[in-house]
Amino acid sequence: MTDNSTEQSTDQKSIQELANYPDSYSENDETVFRAENINIYYGDFLAVRDVNMEIPARKVTAFIGPSGCGKSTLIRCLNRLNDLIEGFCLEGRMFYHDQNLYADEVDPVEVRRRIGMVFQQPNPFPKSIYNNVAYGIRVTGKKDADMDEVVERSLQRAALWDEVKDKLGANGLSLSGGQQQRLCIARAIATNPDVVLMDEPCSSLDPISTLKIEELIRDLSEEYTIVIVTHNMQQATRVSDITAFFNAQANEEGKRSGYLVEYGPTEHIFNSPQQEATQNYVSGQFG
Amino acid sequence: MSSSHQLSHKRSAKADTDSINQKQGSRQSIGETAWTVISGLCLVIALIPLFLVIIYVVIKGINRLDVAAFTELPPPPLADEGGGFANALIGTLVMVAIGALISVPFGVMAAIYLSEFSSKKIAKWIRFATNILSGVPSILIGVFIYGLLVLTNVTGYSAIAGGTALAVLMLPIIVRTTDESLQIVPRQVRWASVGLGASRYETVLRVVLPAALPAIATGLTLAVARAAGETAPLIFTALFAQFWTFNPADPFSSLFSPIASLSVLVYNFAAVPYKNQQELAWAASLILVAIVLLTSILSRWATRNRIY
Ligand SMILES: Nc1ncnc2c1ncn2[C@@H]1O[C@H](COP(=O)(O)OP(=O)(O)OP(=O)(O)O)[C@@H](O)[C@H]1O
Ligand SMILES: [Mg+2]
Repeated sequence: MTDNSTEQSTDQKSIQELANYPDSYSENDETVFRAENINIYYGDFLAVRDVNMEIPARKVTAFIGPSGCGKSTLIRCLNRLNDLIEGFCLEGRMFYHDQNLYADEVDPVEVRRRIGMVFQQPNPFPKSIYNNVAYGIRVTGKKDADMDEVVERSLQRAALWDEVKDKLGANGLSLSGGQQQRLCIARAIATNPDVVLMDEPCSSLDPISTLKIEELIRDLSEEYTIVIVTHNMQQATRVSDITAFFNAQANEEGKRSGYLVEYGPTEHIFNSPQQEATQNYVSGQFG
Repeated sequence: MSSSHQLSHKRSAKADTDSINQKQGSRQSIGETAWTVISGLCLVIALIPLFLVIIYVVIKGINRLDVAAFTELPPPPLADEGGGFANALIGTLVMVAIGALISVPFGVMAAIYLSEFSSKKIAKWIRFATNILSGVPSILIGVFIYGLLVLTNVTGYSAIAGGTALAVLMLPIIVRTTDESLQIVPRQVRWASVGLGASRYETVLRVVLPAALPAIATGLTLAVARAAGETAPLIFTALFAQFWTFNPADPFSSLFSPIASLSVLVYNFAAVPYKNQQELAWAASLILVAIVLLTSILSRWATRNRIY
């Protein structure tokens, strides 16, 4: 199911794209994820097809594209969260450093401990603020961690400490939406993951909370590799180094499959995209 | 901005609010009133039986609800006064406890499997099966346990057989309410936990179950309330006893003899021509109604802490 012929793995198109941007990847840039001929199915439905791309370390990579083109689907493949969805099936190979994430010997639970995730809707556990942040450490069974210190550091990192330091025992659900989302970010970075995935983290937030979180993302990208899905073009230009544009196209039976149109440094994608579809989308002329 | 401009602005705003004012006597407002009255009347009619039952049972039962009722054994038919239903009260408690002891662990675990681990297809069939089980008339459950445990002399007429019958009765209620309570916990919360590196069972134990607990508790109380009032499954399984058959000093072996229960006491005593026994039946009914009320209030109280 997960293994495919390796011969075709270097796709013509993606090589061309890389050639178009000679300055985008220096040879010694570390690659965290490499997708090779990824096809993703939900049951019989091909949701995303033919994705070939690389995601560099300690950079912010943004996924943009119209609704339903499979951005969430693809980002959930990066930490194997799609395993929870019945009918999910992936073809091709998704490398995390040198390891195919979908190889038989990989333990998805271990993968998720290294790759944290923040969701579109703030989803704190119905537990205290403290226990929300401590959760990841508790389930990884790290006994030696100084929990108080981890909680404080993570909340500080997520720019939430000052607002909650006097009520760490309060329920996470009692916070405002923006605070909840920062709590979710604190929770995700408490375990000190290698990568943080964010699926539209600001879509339910007000502009001020959004700015706070964008600042935070920029800040975090010094230490973490970040992949973010966003519908907001300005946000993509503000926070991301690399942008990948996805589009969806209907096949003969009228079912829409998403595919990667192009990806590269954010300023190239927004200022001089190679594909017309990208140009239309980033300039807001999308049908 | 000129003042005349402002004025005209105001006037048009006034006109707008006029048009949304209620028009008395229009067809719409008559229809509205008619519907409100009709549905209100139906509500009252639906509530009448509830109030009548409660009032009637209270009037009939309250004066026989003395200390003796709770401490003495059922009176023989010809005793003019005295006696109580102490053994039946204990019997009901014992059998409901046995029923809960069997059905709660199985029911809750089954519901966890159903909601968290099974595939959609299997879940659909299990839900269908539990719905059928909950629709089976309770007398059939009594006959089934009678055939399974009583006739075969595995337990004979006994508290165990009665409790087992109640367990079968409670099982589908517990499975369904627990299943529903778990389903209400948002998928996003499960994903957050799994995304942090928790395994699926850790997610269930640490996040999903605690979040669903108030709702599950509600379901359990309702199942207990339902079981406490059941008569039919007990007639063939626990029978009845005029005497103490439950011996706290040796609880285990006494579970294997027939045992009294409030509901069967009501059934036995309500239709006899002896006034004393009839009155006792009313008092026992009042206790049963009180148990249902109490558990409903308890479950409301548990729901108050509901998270989702
Ligand atoms: N759990 C699922 N089961 C079946 N199909 C799904 C599931 N999740 C997504 N899909 C389908 O896969 C396609 C891609 O969905 P996805 O959620 O990845 O899109 P998206 O790009 O994130 O859209 P949006 O911007 O609206 O969030 C859609 O056609 C959707 O209907
Ligand atoms: Mg999405």
